[in-house]
Amino acid sequence: MDDTTIRIVDLHKSFNGQVVLDGIDLEVKRGKITVIIGKSGGGKSVLMKHLIGLMKPDKGEIWIDGLDITKLNERELNRVRMKFGMLFQEAALFDSMNVFENVAFPLREHTRLPEKDIKRIVEEKLKAVSLLGFTEKLPSELSGGMKKRVGLARALALDPEVILFDEPTSALDPVISLTIEDLIKETQMHLQKTYVVISHDVAGMFRIADTVAMLYEGKIVASGTPYEIKRSSQEAVKEFLKATKIPGFAGGEL
Amino acid sequence: MFNGFLTTLFRPFTYVISEFGRVWFMLMETAYWTFRRPFKFNNLFKQMEFVGVKSLVIVIITGAFTGMVLALQSYSAFRRFSSEGLVGATVALSMTRELGPVLTALMVTGRAGSAMAAELGSMRVTEQIDALTVMALSPVKYLVVPRVLASLLMLPILTVIADFTGILGGYFVGVKLLGINEGVFISKMVKYVGLDDIYNGLAKAAVFGLILSLVSCYKGFYTKGGAEGVGKATTEAVVASSVTILISDYVLTSLMF
Repeated sequence: MDDTTIRIVDLHKSFNGQVVLDGIDLEVKRGKITVIIGKSGGGKSVLMKHLIGLMKPDKGEIWIDGLDITKLNERELNRVRMKFGMLFQEAALFDSMNVFENVAFPLREHTRLPEKDIKRIVEEKLKAVSLLGFTEKLPSELSGGMKKRVGLARALALDPEVILFDEPTSALDPVISLTIEDLIKETQMHLQKTYVVISHDVAGMFRIADTVAMLYEGKIVASGTPYEIKRSSQEAVKEFLKATKIPGFAGGEL
Repeated sequence: MFNGFLTTLFRPFTYVISEFGRVWFMLMETAYWTFRRPFKFNNLFKQMEFVGVKSLVIVIITGAFTGMVLALQSYSAFRRFSSEGLVGATVALSMTRELGPVLTALMVTGRAGSAMAAELGSMRVTEQIDALTVMALSPVKYLVVPRVLASLLMLPILTVIADFTGILGGYFVGVKLLGINEGVFISKMVKYVGLDDIYNGLAKAAVFGLILSLVSCYKGFYTKGGAEGVGKATTEAVVASSVTILISDYVLTSLMF
């Protein structure tokens, strides 16, 4: 079996003449954590929205399990989307539903499971994110970190092959960020699914990534293991890592 | 330069036309998803309660006072020709043909239309609508269809209530306060108001329900730019719905009567 889940070929996207993606080439390995790092506003979210068909590229191809999703219509896309789960930046929980209903929602909509199986799966997923006692809470009663954990439980509900993370640790304090990172790593080790994470949080993401890809001015300028990226001689990479001032990183103080 | 001038000159028109086109597409999509399984009756009933039941008080107050003031005004006009007996017929005709449907639609726009735009708008900016799409579910089916259907069904019912309370208000002012003969008041009303007047009014109400929910959902659905965007979408939803209702009211009336 091919170990590439997603292959992006020469992806271009502009908004009102402003080039955001300028020929992205990237391969995402099956069963690994791939982190795409880059500046805020540098097109990371746009890239991720292309992966799941929320945006159409101006040019280029995105191959997912042998299908070029840029050529699919909405109904065919929905079939591909069933392989995906996504954790949104602000979790995007449905605020009219409580925690249990949020996690149960994809199960209720896409399966014909009896209510007791749904309850069992939801509890299992909530247990995985350590939120079992919060089933009755509404999203408005949860902290930012808890919302993200519920969002992760919801993304995991249908056991998708690929899970996308949009800035999973932004707007969280360092301690909560750490627990979210650990949770991402733990669930991935346990489930062996393909995770794609976009983030500008270099230090945190280097802890959990199998592969890091650096997005700079609309292109992937470097990609490799965290170790390789740290040792990269690329100017853009060095500059970005330097700005994080992490000891041991290229340009950072030792 | 001349080109630029023309573009500026026609911008409002092109804006209105392109907005109309997009609302039309949303109508088509809504119609498509309305008849696709699975049917979500729970969502529909929830919206019917929100649009219908929760608008009752405001519709009753609006209807009653409109009927009362109509009686007062028409009495002072008809008294000059000594034909006070026509007050009942005037109130009933105005309510059923015109004011019942239009005022109900405008009140529901203010109450429920604005809420639809705000709710969908905040779902858009917090990525909840994207979350539905990512889950391979149609946001139009989940969010727009129940709201449009509920409005389409509830507006005629609310209008019947507005018509009734309006006539009751007119009766109270005309007969009880101004002393018009009760028999004359009612017999003239029965003589001049036909079932057609009521039916046409209700058909208008259904169209207004469609307009206000579709425009409000459209404005909310395509909200951009955070909390400010939600506020803007809500305002635009109420203004655009109200104006469209008033314009289509003229068109419908000229076609019907």
